Amino acid sequence: MLAKRIIPCLDIKDGQTVKGTNFVNLRQAGDPVELGKAYSEQGADELVYLDITASHEGRKTFTDLVKRIAAHINIPFTVGGGINELSDVDRLLNAGADKLSINSSAIRNPKLVDDIAKHFGSQVCVVAIDARNTASGWKCYLNGGRVETDRYLYEWAKEVNERGAGEILFTSMDHDGVKTGYANEALAHLSDTLDIPVIASGGAGKMEHFKDAFTLGKADAALAASVFHFGEIPIMKLKEYLHEEGISVRL
Amino acid sequence: MNVAIIKYNAGNIFSVDYALKRIGITPVITSDKETLLKADKVIFPGVGEAETTMRYLKEQNLDTLIKNLKQPVLGICLGMQLMCRYSEEGNTDCLGIFDTEVKRFCPENHHDKVPHMGWNTIDNTVSPLFKGFDKSEYVYFVHSYYVPLNDFTAAQTNYILPYSSALHKDNFYATQFHPEKSGKTGERILRNFIEL
Repeated sequence: MLAKRIIPCLDIKDGQTVKGTNFVNLRQAGDPVELGKAYSEQGADELVYLDITASHEGRKTFTDLVKRIAAHINIPFTVGGGINELSDVDRLLNAGADKLSINSSAIRNPKLVDDIAKHFGSQVCVVAIDARNTASGWKCYLNGGRVETDRYLYEWAKEVNERGAGEILFTSMDHDGVKTGYANEALAHLSDTLDIPVIASGGAGKMEHFKDAFTLGKADAALAASVFHFGEIPIMKLKEYLHEEGISVRL
Repeated sequence: MNVAIIKYNAGNIFSVDYALKRIGITPVITSDKETLLKADKVIFPGVGEAETTMRYLKEQNLDTLIKNLKQPVLGICLGMQLMCRYSEEGNTDCLGIFDTEVKRFCPENHHDKVPHMGWNTIDNTVSPLFKGFDKSEYVYFVHSYYVPLNDFTAAQTNYILPYSSALHKDNFYATQFHPEKSGKTGERILRNFIEL
């Protein structure tokens, strides 16, 4: 049976891991390759590395880091951040990344999704969506949550699904960093209406939150950062718990 | 040990290179026919689309070469599908090493996502590739097309329906999943292949 996936997310700035709370106040949390290896040995199913450096030099540092990750990590990994055109995709895939995550650039230029799918295959194209529940419904945000758009989560997710995305990584900005659980209702709606896997992100604080994301939220994978980085939830313990709760995981 | 990875227009050949290096093997990545013929082991990886890739292999005369290799050959993912007779992806005639076809997953509802992506188990393993496996093991899959169960099935996986997650015939071995991305289990499979 296909296992539900547990995915630690590592935010990278200038070649180092950081994690923000509600997207600000960054704290240091270790060497990306060492951390990735440790997660892989603890039972992580995939890794996500997000480059939050914006500068040109930073991008080169990140590409070199992707090569080191590919050489040392024996599970799949996704990279994101600063991917604006096909040449960025080509560069990161050639450095050894398995999948690319695009976010703001997809909203600015939706055809990028079609192009990535056509040139490299849907399986490499993860579309990340940051959204917040507003009075008029779930709205999408740009630039790490700083800029509101006129796009709505469900319509946008459906559109990128049709354009050829291979997966949706949905972060609820209302839940991110506050550790009270994932946005399960919105997740379940996405899972019920899309043909592609949905990764839950934002809100993990306790092991039960992962169970809820898989059962109530019907997510295919759950992503988290700080609960793993600071050792609050050991991955192996989490997977044993999920297994006991009747959820299919890779042990 | 002389291991060659067939170089062609497919994505992510480097992942296999890296994975072999992690188990202490330094392969050559080549499309040179002499080098491929002389290698002790040949790996035929693949991420991409069947029709374009098959056309490229024919243009390079690699199709005939691969079919006639005598040493152990391991096809991975698209590599495995191209070793079959025919693929529904782009209505493509393939190499025909395994006399079976490749079909597209037809999900019955929104909960059967395509591509089949993530970790799933392999069962009923009957090939030296899986030497030492005594329980069902998880490996990593990413694919939208599948090979039905057939006479050459060497491992089976259930997703939407039971299908072939590995094939074996004579010196030809193939996996639908990615051993190079399947953690320690994948490393055991690669090591078993190298030790054939």
